[in-house]
Amino acid sequence: MKETDTKFLEDSFKKYYFEHFDLIKVPERTSEREFGYQKFNSGMTRHLSIKNDKELHLLFMQNIPSDVYCSNGYYTFPNLPMNEKDWKEADLIFDIDAKDLNLPCRIDHTVAVCSDCNEISKTYDKCTKCNSTKLEKKSLPCLNCINGSKNQVEKLIEVLVNDFVISKENIHVYFSGNEGFHIHVYNSQFQKIGSRERSELTDYIMFNGMIPETFGMKKFKPNRSDFPDINEKGWRGRFAKEFFGSKSNRSKLISSFVKNPLDEYPSFKNTLQTVSKKIGVKIDPNVTMDIHRIFRLPGSINSKSGLTKIHCEDLEKFDAYTDSSFLSDDPVEILANCPIEFKLRNKKFGPYNNEKITTPTFAAAYMICKKLATIA
Amino acid sequence: MLGADQIAKYPFVQDAGQYLKDQGFRLEQFGMDPDLEPIVKKAFDRIYTAAEGKTYKSDLIGNQASKEATLPREVFSFLLAIVLLKLSGMNTLIKRFALQESIRAEKYLEADLKISNNPSGSVILTDEQKSIRDVAAQIIKEISNVEISKPEEKNEGNYTSGKDEWLVNISDYLTRSIHFHEREWKLINRKVENGKVYLSSHQTVRLIRKELGMYINSRLTDTKTPEMIPGFENYVNKLVSLAKKFRTFTVDTGEYPPCIKHAIQVLEKGENLPHSGRFMLATFLLSKGQSVEQIAPLFKNAPDYNERVTLYQLNQLNGTSGSGTKYSCPSCEKLKTQNLCFATSECDNIINPLQFGKKRK
Ligand code: SF4
Ligand SMILES: [Zn+2]
Ligand SMILES: [Zn+2]
Repeated sequence: MKETDTKFLEDSFKKYYFEHFDLIKVPERTSEREFGYQKFNSGMTRHLSIKNDKELHLLFMQNIPSDVYCSNGYYTFPNLPMNEKDWKEADLIFDIDAKDLNLPCRIDHTVAVCSDCNEISKTYDKCTKCNSTKLEKKSLPCLNCINGSKNQVEKLIEVLVNDFVISKENIHVYFSGNEGFHIHVYNSQFQKIGSRERSELTDYIMFNGMIPETFGMKKFKPNRSDFPDINEKGWRGRFAKEFFGSKSNRSKLISSFVKNPLDEYPSFKNTLQTVSKKIGVKIDPNVTMDIHRIFRLPGSINSKSGLTKIHCEDLEKFDAYTDSSFLSDDPVEILANCPIEFKLRNKKFGPYNNEKITTPTFAAAYMICKKLATIA
Repeated sequence: MLGADQIAKYPFVQDAGQYLKDQGFRLEQFGMDPDLEPIVKKAFDRIYTAAEGKTYKSDLIGNQASKEATLPREVFSFLLAIVLLKLSGMNTLIKRFALQESIRAEKYLEADLKISNNPSGSVILTDEQKSIRDVAAQIIKEISNVEISKPEEKNEGNYTSGKDEWLVNISDYLTRSIHFHEREWKLINRKVENGKVYLSSHQTVRLIRKELGMYINSRLTDTKTPEMIPGFENYVNKLVSLAKKFRTFTVDTGEYPPCIKHAIQVLEKGENLPHSGRFMLATFLLSKGQSVEQIAPLFKNAPDYNERVTLYQLNQLNGTSGSGTKYSCPSCEKLKTQNLCFATSECDNIINPLQFGKKRK
């Protein structure tokens, strides 16, 4: 990133941090957590330990980081190297990202930025100008993407609350600041379980790895009463609702399964896959499995967008592109090459085709973070 | 806390010495009193049966101590078996004994959890049945720290016995089930409700099998070795020679690399060898020209041994069934990452255990 761009982002981030310390609070049991941060154009500094809000704010003011992270894990010695930290437990965390939803709209608002010559195009394998293969995909997620992610969050919460009896107060939903949501779960029965156990949980949540027998389908002599009921709890019920739809259809389908189990078994297996794609919760399993992750700190800015990772009190009403935008509206002159139209704080911007324009800081930062503009 | 029948079924939860004392006996009496001699003989038989890889059949009938005299004999013979084993100092026998005792305990636990289980769900449990069930649940808690409960079944103050279902916390379930490889143990293939996993009595016991084995084993190893008891020498000597018989079953490991020797030792001790270790050992021996039938007995002592499954898996590795490809022994580098390598200077920078001992030019 150009020095003028870095300087601009640092100045605007600093102003935000100074004015919004109220949004940046240390998490509970602060001194047991590991903190880390990144500065523009430099690597990660981690294994930091912090005692309170004051120390945290100092870190922000002294370093003006591009991104700040805090561990989901709790340690006896958070500032020692990983194998000496003495891991105690970890909050359950989830990442739901629009890019994992494969929505058809995605292609409309994704471009490739060439790392060698900055050319922007819709060709994703190599640069149309210099043939370089070093391309970075940049997406400006649309409302459809955000709503799709919200829908996944709701499905996740349903599983957490109904199947795992985690109370709603212990489930905190945050907009990630970029393309999706982060969910933090506190005080659950899963605090102390390791990575392999969490991997099993992700398969459960994503509705992965089922065998037909779980849903009553057997190769030999399946039993009518073993098939799930539409009103059943858990995945059996959710599957039945999606697949059978109605009671009468259920009865009809089961009759054919029971009649020709050997023939029906393979197709039932395929059905499970198809239904899984539809009703499984699309979380990033690697995040949930990680018990040592440093995860973006709530209240900090996401340098991929210049937007804030912010708590969503009311997910349904949450407006990602208004409620997470906190940078100032001081005008700034930029050279914008942003072929995608976007909306921030209820204002439309773009598309811009290599134009010199003046925009409010929050919109300029958004484009600069996406590498679709530079300070003029 | 335990009733008479329960002590006979689960003698390992008792403090051995204390129990004898409470019943008014001293160890020395068993070496001298001809009336007590049959109990010592029974203790020896119990070990012998276990050494043969068989589960000792108790005199309990229908899980109840049939006669007044049966109970003390059951419990005493168990306690005396421990004394004899300790006196012999033969660890192979201790392992074998512990394994068989835990298989035996598993059967009782399962039966007790399932007690008077009625699929129609409307049978009212007697106080006695309820207590038997509760004791089994308590023993499971004691050895594994896993709390199990029945789904809500109280019916106007009476306990009814419904489906064969027990509830276990998801987290307790997961920390154990991840070691099982069958698909039906995946959480997604279980009924999950209200933070609990539903398991049958059989599955509940299977879940804590490893801990049961470890518990019984530690009970044996933790017991102090007493002074030789006059009258026991004969039995102890027999045990020592019995143990020798099992040593001959050992594979000659003279020319094997340290990783393979180590794996064989682990198995002989009746300890658990991870899947990766079994894979290494089997592929190594198969490459050395051993047959599936020769190799299978090596795994006999493993806590989760199942002959059919073992043969099946070996045949897969050998390429005699399944895909038809013969699997090769992993490289030293791979084994290092799996913590299976125990390199010595003799390994001499070879890249695969199969090269061990072959002079390199
Ligand atoms: S170096 Fe190779 S042969 Fe030697 S112990 Fe390690 S894995 Fe086995
Ligand atoms: Zn280029
Ligand atoms: Zn979209």
